[in-house]
Amino acid sequence: MVDVTPADAVPPAEVAEMELYHPHSWWTKYVFSQDAKVIAIQYSATATAIGLVALVLSWLMRLQLGFPGTFDFISPEAYYQFITMHGMIMVIYLLTALFLGGFGNYLIPLMVGARDMVFPYVNMLSYWIYLLAVLVLASSFFAPGGPTGAGWTLYPPQAIMTGTPGGQDWGIILMLVSLILFIIGFTMGGLNYVVTVLQARTRGMTLMRLPLTVWGIFTATVMALLAFPALFVACVMMLFDRALGTSFFMPAIVQMGEQLQHGGGSPILFQHLFWFFGHPEVYIVALPAFGIVSDLISTHARKNIFGYRMMVWAIVGIGALSFVVWAHHMYVSGMHPYFGFFFATTTLIIAVPTAIKVYNWVLTLWRGDIHLTVPMLFALAFIVTFVNGGLTGLFLGNVVVDVPLSDTMFVVAHFHMVMGVAPILVIFGAIYHWYPKVTGRMLNEAMGQFHFWVTFLGAYLIFFPMHYIGLMGVPRRYHELTNTTVMTESAHDLNAFISIMAFLVGFAQIVFLFNLIWSIRHGREAGGNPWRATTLEWQTPETPPAHGNFGKELPIVYRWAYDYSVPGAKEDFIPQNMPGSFGTSREPA
Amino acid sequence: MSVILVFLLVIAGFAGWWLSHQRLMAKPWLEQGVIGDVVALEGSALPTAKIGLGVFLAVVGCLFALFTSAYFMRMALSDWQALPLPRVLWLNTGVLVLSSIALQCASVAARRGQIDTVRLGLATAGLTALAFLVGQLVVWRELTADGYLLTANPANSFFYLITGMHGLHILGGLVGLSRTTAGAWNGARPERLRLGVELCAMYWHFLLFVWLAIFALLAGWAATFIEICRQLLT
Amino acid sequence: MAIALVLVLVVVGSVLFHFLSPWWWTPIASNWDYIDNTIIITFWITGVVFAAVVLFMAYCVFRFRHREGNQAAYEPENKRLEWWLTIVTAIGVTAMLVPGLFVWNQFVSVPSDATVVEVVGQQWQWSFRLPGKDGKLGTSDTRNVSPENPLGVNASDANGQDDVVIEAADLHLPVGKPVKMLLRSIDVLHDFYVPEFRAKMDMIPGSVTYFWFTPTKTGTFQVLCAELCGQGHPLMNGVVMVDTPEDYLAWLGEQQTFAQLSAPQQVGSAE
Repeated sequence: MVDVTPADAVPPAEVAEMELYHPHSWWTKYVFSQDAKVIAIQYSATATAIGLVALVLSWLMRLQLGFPGTFDFISPEAYYQFITMHGMIMVIYLLTALFLGGFGNYLIPLMVGARDMVFPYVNMLSYWIYLLAVLVLASSFFAPGGPTGAGWTLYPPQAIMTGTPGGQDWGIILMLVSLILFIIGFTMGGLNYVVTVLQARTRGMTLMRLPLTVWGIFTATVMALLAFPALFVACVMMLFDRALGTSFFMPAIVQMGEQLQHGGGSPILFQHLFWFFGHPEVYIVALPAFGIVSDLISTHARKNIFGYRMMVWAIVGIGALSFVVWAHHMYVSGMHPYFGFFFATTTLIIAVPTAIKVYNWVLTLWRGDIHLTVPMLFALAFIVTFVNGGLTGLFLGNVVVDVPLSDTMFVVAHFHMVMGVAPILVIFGAIYHWYPKVTGRMLNEAMGQFHFWVTFLGAYLIFFPMHYIGLMGVPRRYHELTNTTVMTESAHDLNAFISIMAFLVGFAQIVFLFNLIWSIRHGREAGGNPWRATTLEWQTPETPPAHGNFGKELPIVYRWAYDYSVPGAKEDFIPQNMPGSFGTSREPA
Repeated sequence: MSVILVFLLVIAGFAGWWLSHQRLMAKPWLEQGVIGDVVALEGSALPTAKIGLGVFLAVVGCLFALFTSAYFMRMALSDWQALPLPRVLWLNTGVLVLSSIALQCASVAARRGQIDTVRLGLATAGLTALAFLVGQLVVWRELTADGYLLTANPANSFFYLITGMHGLHILGGLVGLSRTTAGAWNGARPERLRLGVELCAMYWHFLLFVWLAIFALLAGWAATFIEICRQLLT
Repeated sequence: MAIALVLVLVVVGSVLFHFLSPWWWTPIASNWDYIDNTIIITFWITGVVFAAVVLFMAYCVFRFRHREGNQAAYEPENKRLEWWLTIVTAIGVTAMLVPGLFVWNQFVSVPSDATVVEVVGQQWQWSFRLPGKDGKLGTSDTRNVSPENPLGVNASDANGQDDVVIEAADLHLPVGKPVKMLLRSIDVLHDFYVPEFRAKMDMIPGSVTYFWFTPTKTGTFQVLCAELCGQGHPLMNGVVMVDTPEDYLAWLGEQQTFAQLSAPQQVGSAE
């Protein structure tokens, strides 16, 4: 572990003057920058870059699944390496890093009215350690034996044995080291996000005036800080097993007629540790998406978010509950069967606050003034895919229903829909929403529309039918399904269709990336507040916000983040830092 | 996993206590235009660095609680053979207690502005912490010399793993301590020095507490204690 | 506007796909039609919710889309509505959970008359062991595994001598008799999964897991491994044949016991 150097921290009250940490050279301004906004862009760019690698990997495996036997270079080893790296990159190095390191860094200080994160130096270190983790991970592609092919869950014993690609080579070691680095780096960043929300809120910014984006990222960060140590412990112990020959997870094993040196360990212990991290991880990705999408819907429907208090309580409740549901990933793992009763119950209870959030999003649309902008379209698509993926979660969370479905393509379809497609749609919506603030220019609308329709419909057509392949009993993580009798001829055709859709959706992302780059120069000038939004990041004196965010004086907050279409007010939005009283009747009838 | 769940329950207790003071039941849309009555809700009066360290210590606590959970789960399997604890561990514990006391003295002295005592306390704390680390290395050597090798038994593996992890945290703390100590000699601003010393003391006390818990765990007292609790419950 | 139409199409398309597409579960061949029923219940409840939410959204988008001069309503919350929705959701969730837990209770309570079959997984094949005439399986340990003793049966355990050992060959089961599958692995995690039986469970090296079921149809079924076990994972197929009682006994008679399999050497040394 790396420790925060205590003496280095400066309380934010003393850094009201920007001169205290003003960068002096190009290097400290753009590379080794301590400005959260620059760090956010560094995080986002790195996450996107490694995410593109994962996207290409998904194409490769769809090639194999859709057209088995056609592509000789995709050997079973390669296929398992692709799925492993695809999963791990997408979950940890893309989604977690982008939501917390990217959006968290950019939005938290701006939205709570702070000049920067509270520990800027530690924040900078966080990014560089993250970059190192990504590089170590990427280096495993070039290591002897290639990257690990243990599946992203890295279940021992196979993860560290021959018979699994990278198991007795460098692959698994580099993966574990990279994860350990990631966790260290994330902890440094996470401390910043949490303490900034706790301590650096501007005057008048009470917790109940925070935009839900901040609530989502804040709660997710708290969860991540408490959940990642479990992965850390699991990784360190597995590294000991692999490199030093201990037997934490390794039982007595005969492989290919040969007795291995290990003995007595418990593979289930690893699974408990892994999922103790792994389940909160789902909500670490989901909660920021919940928060951001609430703000997108509210802003673009010109209406306050319906049931703000319920939304806050639900975020906190989901965050707390998500720590007592981890074993629903282990119903058929051979753990004590009576755990099933407990974990099925907690899992289905968590559906209630989640459902409330969905209701509140759609009820925000009711009697709104819905502008069908690109961010709004992505938000609507998020609701569709999230409801779909959340409801199939009720199949898998209900212990006995999970028995036939677990480890089939149904699971793959479910988690891609709920924590792949849905959060990514929010990320896209959020990028279209905040890009004007980051660059001062709008993203191109036509390219945005194209990107939206192909991504939304394509992704739905990939993952909705996939559930039914799983329902047929087709297992996941099969390099080829030609020997599997439940896989009918027509299901092979469906698989080919899914693969074609996957290439199409991937192609749309290239258009999106082009849009991102093209619009920096050629986008329409956005002005400071193109969406006419209430929250503080839109009220900065400069766009893009300068170092220190708010010019000479920090804003003072007089109202909650959702004063849209207040009856009697002149405009259909009142910024949070606007003093005075507006509106006649604010109590609901 | 019961240890980590209990630990998280404590964290949840803190979080709930804090949230209960944040007026989560308020209807924010009715409170427009006012700031006067809500100023008290803008964060704690404690220095931000202390809050930051507190959050970090919660993460560290979580880490060790998870190691403890794993320890108990692995302990229940049949091949577990506890190892005898070397006597030196008692001496090391005493040294670490001394280190914490020295920092506490430095912290009190910093509040009173007695710079000489601060320097003495910081130096003593640093040296005793180093002595603790050396002592731990002696323990490792003693155990390996007696044949309690890392891979021989999971009890041994856990012993090296957990003491090593704790040692790394002390080492990290020493980096911070050395910076504060350098500041004490090079004339850092008094309030800054005081904050630094207090943060070091906080970190040291926490690691001492972690060490005592680990010691109880490795000596088997923790298991006995849990057994008693379980019997009382059933 | 297009989005409202597309949202309706998504719902209609999904429902039509559900009912009309040829992709559905394989015909069941065990007693676990209870599980199928819980899936059907869940499909109905979740399907209704999905359609309701998305159609409502489509209506909102159509009805409240921005037009010049529109103003949104100001409605921070509606306690009653929120309570109602919470209660209805809780009822829906309970309606799925309660039957699920009942069936799970059945799933984990093995009937006392179930016969025992041991499945041993290894990279990448299935082996089986049936108790002999004494009806008891002998103890086993991964440490005993050797070319002569591929399943690691404890040679000094008298119960194990008459165990029927089927190495890397098909398993036969009599129709209509409950079986308790004892699952063991000698290397990595595997998962014994026959889609037609609906049940599955991981096998963990170092411990014995189980599930039970009653085969209800005769026929030949493919065994799949459902837990990633290395690069041979998709090739780890096996066969279970569910026989009439007569066929089963005939097959059983042809199998060799542990004692017979390890006998040749002893005979050889005696000569």
